[in-house]
Amino acid sequence: MMVVTILVGALMITAGIFAIETKRLLDSFIALSVLSLVSVFLFIMMKAPDVAITEAAIGAGLTTAVLILALRKIGGDEE
Amino acid sequence: MRKFLSMLLALGVVFVLIEMIEPIPAYGKVDLSKRVSEKYVSKSVSGFREEVAYKKSKNLEEGSANVVTSIVVNYRGFDTLGEVTVLFISAFGVGLISSGLKRKGYGRKPNFILRTAVGVVLPLIILFGVYIFVHGHLTPGGGFPGGTILSIGILLLYLSNEEYELSEKSKVLEGTSGSLFVIIGLLGIAFSGAFLANFLPTGVIGNLFSAGIVPIIYIVIGFKVGAELSTIVADLHKEG
Repeated sequence: MMVVTILVGALMITAGIFAIETKRLLDSFIALSVLSLVSVFLFIMMKAPDVAITEAAIGAGLTTAVLILALRKIGGDEE
Repeated sequence: MRKFLSMLLALGVVFVLIEMIEPIPAYGKVDLSKRVSEKYVSKSVSGFREEVAYKKSKNLEEGSANVVTSIVVNYRGFDTLGEVTVLFISAFGVGLISSGLKRKGYGRKPNFILRTAVGVVLPLIILFGVYIFVHGHLTPGGGFPGGTILSIGILLLYLSNEEYELSEKSKVLEGTSGSLFVIIGLLGIAFSGAFLANFLPTGVIGNLFSAGIVPIIYIVIGFKVGAELSTIVADLHKEG
């Protein structure tokens, strides 16, 4: 199980760096969503199901939707 | 002029922050005997030897089977009230920035799979959200995730139907449930002498009707958060 945890942690770090470094905002939102979704697994591993449910609903679900809707509202990320 | 106004605003915020730092006592200089926490610090955990059994133990101090809920809603209920207020202010901010009169469509008809699937999945999503906050004191979950799941149902409705618009009644629901939270707190003053005190009998641990006011508060929070986040989703769809 330790190996899986380390893999998940590495995936989280990769997603975080990708979210900062990528040029398009949409890619960055998707990377943040992946980061949240993967962290749900870590929360369950650490016996915190309450936080896991909240993270899955808010972090992975609604935040991504709200960010994308806001991006559409300001008219895309072209300069 | 605009720069001057924003500078004035920033200075005002800094002033308020400095004023707020003043009453915070220095590190290690707090007289604990005058604080609420003293009661919990001096409370012994070794005195209570009786085993707590699921579905058997009656009239415990706090009869919620989910420990996290008993802390979030009962011992730190006032903190949760503050949390709900923060969410309200952020929803208010979104409403201020992106207000509008009518709905902005996506400019194309949603595809067949999405429209049909929403009819099947939406009732399940709403049911699951309601289950999460009604059973908040028994299983993991509670008002905040439950309300979020409800608002995700509203988001699906927006995605699958070009004409759908959230009714203004959601704001009434949000205001009513927000005031109900405070009214329950004030009832605590009337019956037990403290704001948000658990004045109802706590019942048998593990039953649906147990833990006193905790399930009631979580239902109220679930409706409030659901209505609030749905309003954010609706505001982001508006234009004009």
